[in-house]
Amino acid sequence: MSEELRGVVVCHGTVAEALVHATEHISGLSGHLVPVSNTGCDRESLEARIEEAVGGQPAVVFVDMASGSCLIATLRRLRERPDVAVVTGVNLAMLVDFVFHLSLTPAAAADHAAASGGKAIRQP
Amino acid sequence: MPLVLCRVDDRLIHGQVVIGWGRPLAARRVLLVDDEVAANPWEQELYRMAVPDGVEIAFISGREAVRHLAEWQADPVRSILLTGSIETLTALYDADPSAVHRINLGGVHHRPGRTERLPYIYLTPDEYRALAELEAHGADVTAQDVPSASPVGLRELA
Repeated sequence: MSEELRGVVVCHGTVAEALVHATEHISGLSGHLVPVSNTGCDRESLEARIEEAVGGQPAVVFVDMASGSCLIATLRRLRERPDVAVVTGVNLAMLVDFVFHLSLTPAAAADHAAASGGKAIRQP
Repeated sequence: MPLVLCRVDDRLIHGQVVIGWGRPLAARRVLLVDDEVAANPWEQELYRMAVPDGVEIAFISGREAVRHLAEWQADPVRSILLTGSIETLTALYDADPSAVHRINLGGVHHRPGRTERLPYIYLTPDEYRALAELEAHGADVTAQDVPSASPVGLRELA
């Protein structure tokens, strides 16, 4: 059996912590997501926080914006990790989907979560 | 005033710079002065993604930037001059004090040897002295992360 995925959520301010908390509350599943904030970080220290959160296991990194310091730090540090996939524009639907698909490959889990997150964006 | 902001920010291009400052200043160009990024096309692509449509970005080494300060100052394109280190900014000021007259400290974060002056400004004693020397030579040095915050004078960071 392959190793379960870890999710790392990298956001400005306290957004990641709130998203992880809400995901755990909705799904009833805890311990699969690690929040990372960029608060108080320069480039190197943010990269170190992200790398530590990912650790040595396969992971999907969810980033808040499709540009900016969180994405740049993620890609700079993890671009040579084939067992890590990155998704931008993180939202709650995306993370709830992810915690129910931890046995997929990082790329497949990222695709699945991104599709769910995209479907959640509507103008009812 | 083509150089509308001269900023030290060790996160380089991010939301506070291109949105927080870029919009109210109507900046149309970001001049990123950083030796590492200037030599790395892959990283340049990352930073290009962080700049809004309609805003030009240029990647320049510190040595090259020194030669262009007067040109940028004379250019009508409203530009943000951005560097990640106080050392680079000091070299730019020394090269052309009239172009790099007002210095914005926007993000200098914790590293060994630095102490907190503001939640987003940490300085070593040498870095503080270097900035104080710039002020003594006529520069206006303030810390201000976003335009909506009040600027903090260098003396208040001592």
